[in-house]
Amino acid sequence: MIPTSRTLDVDAIRKDFPVLSRILPNGKPLVYLDNAATSQKPRQVLDALTAYYELHNANVHRGVHTLAEEATALYEGARDAVASFINAPSRDEVVFTKNASESLNLVANMLGWAEEPYKVDADSEIVITEMEHHSNIVPWQLLAQRTGAKLKWFGLTDDGRLDLSHIDEIITEKTKVVSFVLVSNILGTVNPVEAIVRRAQDVGALVVIDASQAAPHMVLDVQALEADFVAFTGHKMLAPTGIGVLWGRQELLEDLPPFLGGGEMIETVSMQSSTYAPAPHKFEAGTPPIAQAVGLGAAIEYLNGVGMDAIWAHEHRITEYALQRLQEVPDLRIIGPTTAEDRAAAISFTLGDIHPHDVGQVLDEQGIAVRVGHHCARPVCLRYGIPATTRASFYLYSTEAEVDALIDGLHHVRAFFG
Amino acid sequence: MKLDSMYQDIILDHYKHPHGRGLRDGDAEVHHVNPTCGDEITLRVKLDGNVLADVSYEGQGCSISQASASVLNDLLVGKELGEAQQIQEAFLELMQSKGQMEGDEEVLEDAIAFAGVSKYPARVKCALLSWMAWKDATAQALAGAPVKESA
Ligand SMILES: Cc1ncc(COP(=O)(O)O)c(C=O)c1O
Repeated sequence: MIPTSRTLDVDAIRKDFPVLSRILPNGKPLVYLDNAATSQKPRQVLDALTAYYELHNANVHRGVHTLAEEATALYEGARDAVASFINAPSRDEVVFTKNASESLNLVANMLGWAEEPYKVDADSEIVITEMEHHSNIVPWQLLAQRTGAKLKWFGLTDDGRLDLSHIDEIITEKTKVVSFVLVSNILGTVNPVEAIVRRAQDVGALVVIDASQAAPHMVLDVQALEADFVAFTGHKMLAPTGIGVLWGRQELLEDLPPFLGGGEMIETVSMQSSTYAPAPHKFEAGTPPIAQAVGLGAAIEYLNGVGMDAIWAHEHRITEYALQRLQEVPDLRIIGPTTAEDRAAAISFTLGDIHPHDVGQVLDEQGIAVRVGHHCARPVCLRYGIPATTRASFYLYSTEAEVDALIDGLHHVRAFFG
Repeated sequence: MKLDSMYQDIILDHYKHPHGRGLRDGDAEVHHVNPTCGDEITLRVKLDGNVLADVSYEGQGCSISQASASVLNDLLVGKELGEAQQIQEAFLELMQSKGQMEGDEEVLEDAIAFAGVSKYPARVKCALLSWMAWKDATAQALAGAPVKESA
């Protein structure tokens, strides 16, 4: 028998998200198309947070009482959930942080303080791309400034993809680390991991992948990626804010030095010196975001219940439909790939001379939430010679009717400023 | 409809037909950006003694920020510095009023059209971009002025 691909019951899913039935102050129903900025949260995640605080709240790893053990079990259970969600070989490779930005800063700082062979110094090169979120640019700029290392990057093609034509000149024997985004938050591009990883491995460089826009939407398998570090953030994948993940290969986490010091991350402390707990705790100084981690665990359970394959397929359909309908709007220019191939569900565009702020304002009046601006990826706007874009981004609960509302809204914008 | 309270016809007119746009001779130049949205303005101030002889500007941004620069040019050019400063302060107060003020038309003329914008916190910065740039450029022009006089 041919297995039928699972389709989403979007109506049922939408009922799990209380905010999606919200009527805005202007009487319009909410059309939430800002999922690349942050996702909405299902009842199941909210319930897990409430249950944690109502029944189990305690600090973790430091008590013998019942609540302390329950809280620890819940927190560590969330780590197990993350490990299996990303197919990590070991749960000890999952470090909890507060968001993707902290995860990326953590890696940059580990490498800045590392011994050889990982140490980034004045002879080293760091490679990123022109389509990075500021969170994957600034930490590397800081590292380069502090160590004297050289920062290099891949440019972009006119159709919104990485220009890898000079890969051998960009990633060289001097390259210590290559850090790039798996799915661009502004262009929607899904990047060709394999080609970059191959070259990085050839020269012995570490590979860091920013999977912030991938983890919520597709199957993420850190072993298949063959990266050394993978960063992502909980709030874009149905979890609360304040929880992020850094996955790292075990031997690296063992070898690399800690960054933040404090409680939880030590083995013994004297006034002269300390020894550190094994990873992942070595990198989790202080009381962690416990409830937020529990919320992430619940979010992953929800996503697994729906199925990441089914979510990807659903978003792919919506993206195809949205790309087609957007291109029917006069003067609309898509910034990024114009077809759904190797593309995720964040679509940026400009609309004639109408500034994205004005587009976003008029859409808001119709209940449609989009993001406007440079989306923390200003170099992309500079590359394409535009001040900013309007971005619509979809998720598992998005519908074709919402795409239609967006298109109607854009016609209204044109009429308003016409 | 609420939108019309923000996008008054006066604002849309200034946006479509900006007054005094383009960079001309000046005593000081500043470049201001709104980091959350990328709106930018380059603005020059030309003083003639105590009088604001010209405010010239170039920039990119939304209708609110562009119209606001145009209104600024209309309102401030030709004024004595003290009066220009009072107008700037009145505009600042209006924009910070969260929709609670209508603005004094005697002082602010076309700029009272921005009263509706003050209800939208995300857009107040757009409206103020050129005014903050003007304040900065004027301070710089004044700081530079004695050097020129003694020359
Ligand atoms: C591609 C990408 N990287 C990193 C981030 C940063 O995530 P956070 O702000 O949660 O640290 C984002 C989110 O805005 C993103 O889209």
